[in-house]
Amino acid sequence: MIIAEWKPLPELVDKLKGYKRVLVAGCATCVAECAAGGEREVETLAPLLRMALKKEGYDVTVNTKTLERQCEWEFVESLAELVPDIDAVVSLACGIGVQAVAERFPDLAVYPGVNTTSLAIRQEPGLWLARCAACGDCVLGETFGFCPVARCAKSLSNGPCGGTRKEGKCEVNEELDCVWHQIYERAKARGKVDQLLKVRKPRNWSNSGHGGPKRMVREDLRS
Amino acid sequence: MMKAGSRLEKVLQAGKFALTVEVGPPRGADPEDVLRKAGELVGIADGYNVTDNQTAVVRMSSIAGAKLLLDAGCEPIMQMTCRDRNRIALQSDLLGAWALGMRNCLCISGDHQIASASGKLKGHPGSKNVFDVDSIQLISIIKEMRDSGVLESGDPIAQPTPFFIGAAWTPMAPPEEFRVLRLAKKVEAGADFIQTQAVFDMERFANAVKAASDMGLTGKTAILAGIIVPKSARMLEYMNANVPGVDVPESLIKRMAAAANQREEGYKITVELIQAAQEIPGVKGVHLQAIESEEVLPGIIKATGLLPRPQV
Repeated sequence: MIIAEWKPLPELVDKLKGYKRVLVAGCATCVAECAAGGEREVETLAPLLRMALKKEGYDVTVNTKTLERQCEWEFVESLAELVPDIDAVVSLACGIGVQAVAERFPDLAVYPGVNTTSLAIRQEPGLWLARCAACGDCVLGETFGFCPVARCAKSLSNGPCGGTRKEGKCEVNEELDCVWHQIYERAKARGKVDQLLKVRKPRNWSNSGHGGPKRMVREDLRS
Repeated sequence: MMKAGSRLEKVLQAGKFALTVEVGPPRGADPEDVLRKAGELVGIADGYNVTDNQTAVVRMSSIAGAKLLLDAGCEPIMQMTCRDRNRIALQSDLLGAWALGMRNCLCISGDHQIASASGKLKGHPGSKNVFDVDSIQLISIIKEMRDSGVLESGDPIAQPTPFFIGAAWTPMAPPEEFRVLRLAKKVEAGADFIQTQAVFDMERFANAVKAASDMGLTGKTAILAGIIVPKSARMLEYMNANVPGVDVPESLIKRMAAAANQREEGYKITVELIQAAQEIPGVKGVHLQAIESEEVLPGIIKATGLLPRPQV
């Protein structure tokens, strides 16, 4: 899922000074799963914003609405009836949702309430770990199901750097597993270490953002 | 047949025990900082590694530092990391470096930028890294520029750029059994010489070199044992605990701690490590580092009997 985390409250308060009617808009999908922008977080943030703004001398009405998905036009449309009564939106959706709202309602001030960080999995309660970098050239078939692009701090293609710590942890953070250590261990367990011996050529990054913003076209689906 | 004709290549080809030293460029733009070190170190080594923003701390560029050393009579081994430049910039800098006279290049992935915030330095932990290619891919790029006169794209360059290509090896980092296989990949990609991460446990290192030798690697590449001059028991303890792939035997730390003069003891230990490395079959030289105290190197090297350096 897409992972996001709350922006610091003072940053949001600073943006909202002067607005009279603010809407905090959540999204019930990814950001709800990662406890950043679902209904519960929306209802938590709204009074916090109101109180913080009041403390700074700004009286503001803060309404809330959590959409099924902020990244789909039909759900974004449900905000239309609220728009006449608001001056600004704080969207707790990922960057896709924030932009969808801003695109549908171009006259409205739309602020992100979260920072979108990664494509990750909930490993255990309260812990999410990055899994995919949307690099556009998937190598999971050659790396025994571990992504070295998203999970190696240097996105290395040919094995671990010299920075692997004891117990197979990453030089960047001792809480992080060295993914190349994991790849090697799984290859060994499967008796297929020889698959890791091939020198992998430089990657083609152009099917991700490096080729310019992605524009995917499926002619068969275009009417 | 010579590949690049650097002094290091000639020494190794003549079958002599090679000796390289590390020269860290300054955190500033004063050429005197490099020239002073060059003056102290000229003639004592076959190659002078110029680090490329090591630990991701901004320093004078390795190309500029290497050029200053070259002009001062110290043949540089220009280090290049993959952290800060994509393949366009790397290749452009390789062309420029070759034009300036550089003939050795050591390819490394590079410390993560998070390491730059350390001690009193704020560093640039919020910077964006590149890692367009990794160190092994960089090796193959330089090899192609040299042997085929083409860029990574396949586009020809006006003339080949013959570099003597180096790579790093951390034989004792986990997963240890894979390290020799990764070395094999570096050799296959085109590494002519290898400088290892600092070694303090020569017995364990000898086993790692034996594994490389059994795979035929020591015949295809020249392994130089990395040796750091220890300054104190505390430094050894720190490296043992914090530097990945560096294991310091407990006995060595104790010996250092018991010494009346730890600096002097560190020089003695360094001389012993160099001599031990010379005895390991398949080891073709040593790579010496005296971090921020390069001036101690001439005395240490003299004590090993490795001076004067061979005429080649």
